[in-house]
Amino acid sequence: MSLLVGAGRLRLAGVLVVAAAIAALIAAYVVFLTHGPKPYRPAATGPAVDLTLQTVAAVGPNLSPNENWVSYLIQENGKWTRSTVWTLPANTLVHVTLYNYDGQSGLRNPFLAQARGIVGGNFTVDGKPMSHIDPDAASHTFAIPQFNVIVPILGIADDAKNQCGYAPCDPSMAHYKIQFTFRTGKKGHYRWQCFVPCAAGFVYGFGGPMQTIGYMDGFINVV
Amino acid sequence: MWSSWSHGRRVAVLTIVVTIILLPIMIFVLGPNMPPGKNTDVGKGQVFDNTVLLIVMTPFTAFILTYLVYAAIAFRVPDSDSREGAHIRGHMRSQIIWLVTTTAAVLFLAIFGTAELLSTGAGGGQGPKPITKPGGTVLPVQVIGQQWEFTFRYPTYGGVETAQLEIPVGTQIAFHVTSLDAIHSFWAYQLGVKADANPGVDNVAYVKPKTTRSFDIRCAELCGLWHGYMFDTGYVVTQSQFTTWIAQQQRLYAKSMKDLPPFAYTYAPDPTFRAG
Repeated sequence: MSLLVGAGRLRLAGVLVVAAAIAALIAAYVVFLTHGPKPYRPAATGPAVDLTLQTVAAVGPNLSPNENWVSYLIQENGKWTRSTVWTLPANTLVHVTLYNYDGQSGLRNPFLAQARGIVGGNFTVDGKPMSHIDPDAASHTFAIPQFNVIVPILGIADDAKNQCGYAPCDPSMAHYKIQFTFRTGKKGHYRWQCFVPCAAGFVYGFGGPMQTIGYMDGFINVV
Repeated sequence: MWSSWSHGRRVAVLTIVVTIILLPIMIFVLGPNMPPGKNTDVGKGQVFDNTVLLIVMTPFTAFILTYLVYAAIAFRVPDSDSREGAHIRGHMRSQIIWLVTTTAAVLFLAIFGTAELLSTGAGGGQGPKPITKPGGTVLPVQVIGQQWEFTFRYPTYGGVETAQLEIPVGTQIAFHVTSLDAIHSFWAYQLGVKADANPGVDNVAYVKPKTTRSFDIRCAELCGLWHGYMFDTGYVVTQSQFTTWIAQQQRLYAKSMKDLPPFAYTYAPDPTFRAG
């Protein structure tokens, strides 16, 4: 009788240990998923805010364990960080300056090569106003579908000299400087994303960094 | 009299009474408010279908709930009664009645549903060769799913592609639903339209909107990170508003029109230059 009770206690203890281990694994997974870079909140400069971004072909070991993943970076206090969750004021102009160091991947839908939803309808590439690019030359897009904002990002040529390896990239390396302005809408939680299948090494280019917040996708908390 | 009846008779009578009370509520109160609303021809048909489903299921639901409550009251045993309960035996007549009635209900609904589906298409995607085609003039509108946005092409208007969906009221619309990447599903809720968007497939769904209004568009197929954010608002507008709007879209997207491939019911874009 006492042996049976002992075996029962042992089984119970085993079940509890396994349950605790599973709970710990789940907790660790949740922490892993939620432990990303802190949201970026730019300082308001009058009626507008500035966002300075960088798009890179490989984020590098200093900024991510997935060093070869394509990514957006944001400049915070003069330093490049990998944060794609931003807090912006409502109904405010946002001046975006984006340095693209990545090559040309091409859009699956050429329709997305035309900008929409930005102030004036045009963006500039190295100072030259444009509203549209060759869809095959697109490197990325900056898009906030709920604001109807999309800006195609021109990629650097395959044979460009001094291309950037790992981020953060230096202004002396091959890049395009893209600038545009959009207006935030009402308060809310909005997603932004890239529409170019730019995730190298993943099926149809839409895995990995395209399916993980912190690289080519993120949120804008409009407050 | 009640006390002399068997449990079976009591439950049967109670079920009939509850059904008689519930049926008018189902038909006249709940039925007309069934989704997706009577905004389109197929939507109206779906409201009717859902109401029929409700009517058929009412007596069965009434029986189950009545029996549950009856059993809880009639067969309740005091805590002090520790005697073993009576042996449970099968009851052939009850089993046969249950099997026959539920089978008949399911078969009726299967036949009814098939007939309804064949009569109008019921707003669902019918594949590239629709079984049910409406007569008269049809305005084709292509719905293109991509991660993670729907865009729309109007072949009647030079194949212009737009980021927003507008359709004219009183016009038979043929949605040609396809995808450029993963499997999506185009769900225009208040229109009563739902059609899968598969790459390389032209999935056709018909609808004729009856009133001007806005409607919700959602992706109804788990398609990746931003599936939950793949929503939009569409509009049913007057014919003159639609004519003005589509002309605006043609001017607005004149540059992208030059890049677009010729209109086709499916597209096979290079999956990617880089990731392959």
